[in-house]
Amino acid sequence: MSLWNKHAIFEKNSIILSVGILIVVAIGGLVEIGPLFYLKSTIETIDGVRPYTPLELAGRNIYVREGCYLCHSQMIRALRDEVERYGHYSLAAESKYDHPFQWGSKRTGPDLARVGGKYSDDWQRGHLNNPRSVVPGSVMPRYEFLADTPLDYAHIQEDMGVLAVEGVPYTPDMIEKAKADIKAQLSPDDPSMTDLVKRYPKAVAHTSLRSADTPTEQDALVAYLQMLGTTVDFKLFNEKANWR
Amino acid sequence: MVDHTHQDIDAATGTATTGHEWDGIKELNTPLPKWWLYVLYATMVWSVGYWILYPAIPLPGGQTPGILGWSSRGAVTAELQDLQAQRASMVTQLNNSTLQQIASDPKMAEFARAFGHSAFGVNCAPCHGSNGQGSKGYPNLTADRWLWGGTLDQISATITHGARYGDPDGHQGDMPAWGTAGLDKQQIENVANYVYSLSHKTTADVSAGQKVFADNCAACHGENAKGNPDVGAPNLTTRIWLYGGDKADLIQTITYGRGGHMPAWGSKLDPATIKALTVYVHSLGGGQ
Repeated sequence: MSLWNKHAIFEKNSIILSVGILIVVAIGGLVEIGPLFYLKSTIETIDGVRPYTPLELAGRNIYVREGCYLCHSQMIRALRDEVERYGHYSLAAESKYDHPFQWGSKRTGPDLARVGGKYSDDWQRGHLNNPRSVVPGSVMPRYEFLADTPLDYAHIQEDMGVLAVEGVPYTPDMIEKAKADIKAQLSPDDPSMTDLVKRYPKAVAHTSLRSADTPTEQDALVAYLQMLGTTVDFKLFNEKANWR
Repeated sequence: MVDHTHQDIDAATGTATTGHEWDGIKELNTPLPKWWLYVLYATMVWSVGYWILYPAIPLPGGQTPGILGWSSRGAVTAELQDLQAQRASMVTQLNNSTLQQIASDPKMAEFARAFGHSAFGVNCAPCHGSNGQGSKGYPNLTADRWLWGGTLDQISATITHGARYGDPDGHQGDMPAWGTAGLDKQQIENVANYVYSLSHKTTADVSAGQKVFADNCAACHGENAKGNPDVGAPNLTTRIWLYGGDKADLIQTITYGRGGHMPAWGSKLDPATIKALTVYVHSLGGGQ
């Protein structure tokens, strides 16, 4: 019986086969996943990445709920055509506060990793209400109901609490002020907005089509879309130190 | 267990069987074709080369870098540098020339239009349309009508600083919501009738609206309603409308005000791209 015929042992004994599969998969996991937890180069050191404001977080929850990731990726790969079209390639650090991340794997629509600030709030609202009104060839469904649905943020503080457990640096102060912050980010000229920007640098105020007291789901989603990819200043990013 | 030392040879093919028998049917244990097997082994040997040349094995201090020093991020950076080098001579010319020089030099203008067209498709087309034709709320760039002026310098300023987008140098003018800023419903209807009459023949008496216009609107839109690009006030005497020109649209506009937003591209695009975009937009048909 030569060595090459020993596979018959696995093929004829389902328990041994199962154990064998487990060992092979475990080796693959250890080699491919394990190092990510100790290699310092996994997540770049870069300033600017901050947790989502409560309004952006509420918008992100709607993004996840509506399954936007099924058609839109948030991951600009390090390829020339992607960098030319969408901007600087995505960094791991940029999604370190995403639980779960929204990298996606399908691009029926364009990548959204750096869509923030690219279009006006009006454009985003018009596009969500009827994508064909601004992009004639679009196949995206209409999401006009978001403009009529009041934003339910009763549990936003619990939400932030869970993320804090997962490692997002939400402070007790941030969590305590969460509901007020939702209103603040929809009150552009209010002093509370200045206060919010201290907690969440580079946060941008938006205007609700209703009022800051009764925001809609669309208000939150627009706030989220408009911050995507805007927190890192790539002029300060050391390209070469982060080559990999 | 199969007894491999005493192989059962199939008489018809001369190949060993697996030793199993199902209702008189035996399975041949045909070996893999040699050529196939050797290709498989060759790929295994080949992979060793990759371990040596490219980043491969994770170790406690980091992965092995590979003797080529290749990285995907380094590769894309190098590709983009190549691209810049390719464009360098023309881009330098753009950077060193004024907009007027670029537009009047055939070679530079041709490059700028092609470069601008490509940048337009990525950045501007979602609002202004793929050919600059615009749509409701988003200005048409192919017509001889400009909110903020259609000279090269004015177009460049608009692209660089945007409109109502937080850039202190951007265009700021807002059309007030007259419904809450001092006009009652009757006055709004009167002035809408008057504005409508500026581009349509009418026999109705619009003098009441004309007075409202003179008192409230003329400051921005001008006594003759021809508009003022310094404050982004459009000409109201033609049938080209950004937000629709029937009476219901006009009443909507006057009651709730208008003020579209355009991003300030100066912080996102480099100066050469903005110059190319300016020349491209200027060449779309309406440049002044």
